[in-house]
Amino acid sequence: MDGSPILEIRDLACRLGERLILRGINLDVREGETIVLLGRSGCGKTTLLKCVNGLIPLAGGEIRFEGRSTAEWDLIRLRRRMGYVIQDAGLFPHWTVAANVGLVPQLEEWEPARIEERVHFLLRTVGLPPGEFGPRYPRQLSGGQKQRVGIARALAADPPLLLLDEPFAALDPITRFELQKQFLALRETVRKTALFVTHDVREALMVATRIVLLKEGMIDLIATRDEFLAARSAEAQAFLAGLEEEWRKQDESAPRG
Amino acid sequence: MSRRLAAEIATLTLEHLWLVLIAIGVAALIAVPGAIALTRRPAWRRWVLGLANILQTIPSLALFGFLLPLPVIGGIGRHTAIVALCVYALLPILRNTLLGILGVDAGVLESAVAMGMTRNQILWRVELPLAVPAILAGLRIATVATIGTATIAAAIGAGGLGVFIFRGIATVDTSVVLAGAVPAALMALLADEGLEWIEKRLSRA
Repeated sequence: MDGSPILEIRDLACRLGERLILRGINLDVREGETIVLLGRSGCGKTTLLKCVNGLIPLAGGEIRFEGRSTAEWDLIRLRRRMGYVIQDAGLFPHWTVAANVGLVPQLEEWEPARIEERVHFLLRTVGLPPGEFGPRYPRQLSGGQKQRVGIARALAADPPLLLLDEPFAALDPITRFELQKQFLALRETVRKTALFVTHDVREALMVATRIVLLKEGMIDLIATRDEFLAARSAEAQAFLAGLEEEWRKQDESAPRG
Repeated sequence: MSRRLAAEIATLTLEHLWLVLIAIGVAALIAVPGAIALTRRPAWRRWVLGLANILQTIPSLALFGFLLPLPVIGGIGRHTAIVALCVYALLPILRNTLLGILGVDAGVLESAVAMGMTRNQILWRVELPLAVPAILAGLRIATVATIGTATIAAAIGAGGLGVFIFRGIATVDTSVVLAGAVPAALMALLADEGLEWIEKRLSRA
């Protein structure tokens, strides 16, 4: 598990136009970790994720992936070594589920038989029977099923790093909880390193091995789950207060509900 | 209807069809790649679309007139008519292709890039297939309009069903005008229906 980090972020800065979105970001991600980037809307957490796979250029600093600076990587190669999942899955509407999941292996020119085997394995892993779901089109899926396909697609070429941008935010609470649990189970089986963006502190506490709390483009706090629950930082307190509020409401509504 | 009239209607209908098919074909060959290029150069969009728009507003008879004295693309005959018809067909195809490609869902594009697809792979495997319904709609609009405009091509000796219409007007004989107008209208209706059918089939798949 330890050893040299798979992802190193050094003094990263990023600007959009004139505005400095991120500054002074330093972070090491080790193999097997699930790092949650937590923060309010506009804190720069999604921007940080997009810097990692080169969707947004850096204004300063450096990101090293597998020991090599991302500036030296061929962007296409780099991205194929990072699975990517976004909020509404971004599945290709004109391709079947099987074709969507097989995208990166197909770009990498795997043998068709090997792609099929891999697609079946992954669909089973995310809980979608391949015979039933493989030939379907994305519009024939529920939101939760689309997200499962999105995760299967991200895992397809067995990338060492997964990037997830609020992957469950658009789902209803029950489906979200199911997928969060499945994500944890999946992590046990495939042992992936992940960067996971969310604004939901409950989700962060559930899936993270470490939480990186971002505030106004800077790292406010890096903490394990227990450290986070005891953290004194005002921003962490604000998130935890929101959580307590939610629990209290649930307690009040439970007897009547 | 005499046998000779029937034969002439058939010949002129075929001529008309050829004019339209060649004009639409050439217009599509210019407008579709042109629209793809414009998706990569946002700064040019306003100017190119504006130009196509202005060309569209030139009255067709006047455009045929302008083209007559020009070398290569002008003069009496069919090729001048094809140039003019092409000019009119450009805008709907250009605009629809552009909107079709730009209308591809941002999340779909973002994941295509993030999955490590190259620029060309994204164009051929994501953007163009998803723009096909819009491109076909543009072709349909252009085709129907061109079938109508092509009747005026007879004025510069390009043939087609306009021959009947101009002859009927000159001889003040409504039945001759109808011999040109009715087949042209039918052709437009058929083209509209047929292309709409293809459009629907493809967008269902």
